[in-house]
Amino acid sequence: MSILGGGIFKGMAVTLRNFLGSYTNKKERLPTIDYSWRADGALPQGIGDYPKEKGEQLSDTTTVTEYSRNFPMLLHDGGEPMDTVRCVACQICERECPPQCIYIEKDYDENGKYIKRPAVFDIDVSVCMSCQICVEVCPFDAIVMNSQFELSTPDRFGGLLMRRDDLLKSNDYYHKIHPEEAAARDAKIAAEKAAKEAKKKAAAEKARAAAEKKATEAAKEDAK
Amino acid sequence: MSTAAAPNYELIQQDGLETNLLEVSMGPHHPSTHGVFRMDVKLDGETVVDLRPVFGYLHRNHEKLAENMSYLSSMPFTDRLDYFNSMTNNWAYALAAEKLIEVEVPERAEYLRVIMAELTRLVNHVTLIGFFINDLGALGTPLLYAFREREKILDLFEQASGARMMCNYFRFGGLRNDVPEGWLKRAGEVVDRFPYFLDEYEQLLCENEIILSRTQGVGNLPRELAISAGVTGPMLRASGVAYDLRKVDQYGIYDRFKFRVPYTEGDTGDCYDRFMIRVLEMRESIGILKQALAGISEGEIMGNAPRVFKPKPAESYGRIEGPKGELGFYLIADGTPKPYRYRVRPPSLINLTVLRDMCLGGKIADAVIILGSIDIVLGEVDR
Amino acid sequence: MNEISHEPVLQQFPDAEWDEAAGAVIVPLGQARTMAEWLLGHGLDYCSNVTGVDYLEREVKEKITNDAGEVETVTRTEPARIDVVYHLYSMQNKTGPLVLKQRTSRDNAEAESLTPVWRSCDLQEREVFDLFGVNFKGHPDQRRILMWDEFEGHPMRKDYTEPFDYEWEPTPHNEILEKHQKGKVIV
Repeated sequence: MSILGGGIFKGMAVTLRNFLGSYTNKKERLPTIDYSWRADGALPQGIGDYPKEKGEQLSDTTTVTEYSRNFPMLLHDGGEPMDTVRCVACQICERECPPQCIYIEKDYDENGKYIKRPAVFDIDVSVCMSCQICVEVCPFDAIVMNSQFELSTPDRFGGLLMRRDDLLKSNDYYHKIHPEEAAARDAKIAAEKAAKEAKKKAAAEKARAAAEKKATEAAKEDAK
Repeated sequence: MSTAAAPNYELIQQDGLETNLLEVSMGPHHPSTHGVFRMDVKLDGETVVDLRPVFGYLHRNHEKLAENMSYLSSMPFTDRLDYFNSMTNNWAYALAAEKLIEVEVPERAEYLRVIMAELTRLVNHVTLIGFFINDLGALGTPLLYAFREREKILDLFEQASGARMMCNYFRFGGLRNDVPEGWLKRAGEVVDRFPYFLDEYEQLLCENEIILSRTQGVGNLPRELAISAGVTGPMLRASGVAYDLRKVDQYGIYDRFKFRVPYTEGDTGDCYDRFMIRVLEMRESIGILKQALAGISEGEIMGNAPRVFKPKPAESYGRIEGPKGELGFYLIADGTPKPYRYRVRPPSLINLTVLRDMCLGGKIADAVIILGSIDIVLGEVDR
Repeated sequence: MNEISHEPVLQQFPDAEWDEAAGAVIVPLGQARTMAEWLLGHGLDYCSNVTGVDYLEREVKEKITNDAGEVETVTRTEPARIDVVYHLYSMQNKTGPLVLKQRTSRDNAEAESLTPVWRSCDLQEREVFDLFGVNFKGHPDQRRILMWDEFEGHPMRKDYTEPFDYEWEPTPHNEILEKHQKGKVIV
């Protein structure tokens, strides 16, 4: 560098080029908020005017990306939530949760018999670190990640504690926020179910064959 | 603090005026310490006479936490060690655990791991350079240019893993999920356009008189000291040792890529060397990324590994070339689902061993730059 | 990466043992410093990782073939100990690792400092001193590093029980609260 202070002019030139380039030169510069990778190329609904137009539906229908995750929710298959809830309160997620933010109690009927659903299922969102370990260890595909992000509340303890009924979401809602993942999960469940039914059918077939054999043998005995 | 309790400063006679050595506690809340790090500095005027680093403000005993939970459960906690580089932290831990359970990683997963690790290296170096210039006094603009580039890569991470910084993406034997459709194309675009930014940045900064005069000859680290002090990563290569674990260990599939390891010729490295090594490393990373994006094929992304497992009693030490240096995980299994001993070898902490040696005799303002050129993250230093 | 053979080390130091299961050389008492200097002279110029491992007293069941040729299960008690583990590499030859272990008792834990040989042990040995309570003879600056100076106890020891939680916060669940008061929350 020969001229004293030449670096200043150089720096100014770069700044000016960046300023003008942000209007004209789209080839060298990718915008930072760019959703061109999305299939429809459009901004997710609500994101564009987020603070101004904050609709009721925003947090329920907006996903930023397919795999976006914020905190867990419990899935049910539609209808009355507690009748179709997939969770059986096996407490695996409670044990595996790294920050220990899940709290589960099993549900019992009046005779003290364990019915396969949770009586209490709480997640402390202020502790949850959105790591998705609970989703991965769940053998029943009952817990998945929500992408809702508007969680601010004036109550530090109660407001950040998600109770069971806050966490229950339908499978349709899951399909809305994570379409690919939900489809894959449904396919997996269907395959497991089919395999199970085939096994059951085979077992029934076997049992029936055995019974028939027995019956014919008995008939033979009788004939003697 | 011992400042008040130790008034026995040596008196210095100087032109008939009596002056004292001044003890300054820099930090823990000081913007140039990159977190909550403290340096007790003893000054003679502006010259550093003594320096003592103080650690522990962010200590949460990560190792004890991990010893009380299953192998999988501590994976998200590794994200929080060096929170700029969650992907490489995941990889180091997965590498150590995969040695225990002996599982094969499918090819597509290996390629994606390389892609993620090199993107992470870009993120780390670009942020470091931004903060380094910030420490030099150029507030704002260069840092924001750097952050603009980082943002694009963080978008990629979010699309792949669901989170921008705490990715939690690697699993023992593969990856958690495949990348969404179109991700590789998008990554290719980002990688293709990155050199434009680097050209501009180099043009702007690398020959700037202020940067040259502030960084050249400042914070000299001789080669012998660097090796003995276990300094690793770009800082070691800036002191003239071509030691890169991607070449030495060839973990993952790094043996398939052609890249060079930049290092300085000479026996000592200063702040400018450390700065330039990172710029050059980014160029090499772009080369690796282009090869990986061209070579990746369809396939499985998860090997045959269970989520929760009980490894046989054994010991393993897995280490990778993280963006900050050698990141190692030392695991001892005892046949239960929890590791008996879990140890992180933090590059940030061990690189700080030589901080005092580099700062002595320099000016107090140089101590800030030297600390910036070491590249520390306090989440990893204190664990 | 080429492995380093441990045979020359065992030849040079006949008292040293080779632990096959851990893949480590057990350094004989009082020879750590000499051994480290010898290793440094033989190319191992880089000490990567230093850490401690705490073993409580435990019973080990082993299957042993006795004199009569029968397999029987023997229970023996393994005494409590602390290992200080060093992972050594060679930067000039690009080989490694060689694992060294210094064994010491738990009650009066003492080991030789290798900081004069490899500077990288400096902060890491301080950490082992802080978290495991191993006293390093010959360490130039042995102070607590991660915990504060007034802290009592060594938190990485297996039998460490934390005091009543200093950062107690109310939680929404009574059960967690009770566990907290007993000092039993998993942290």
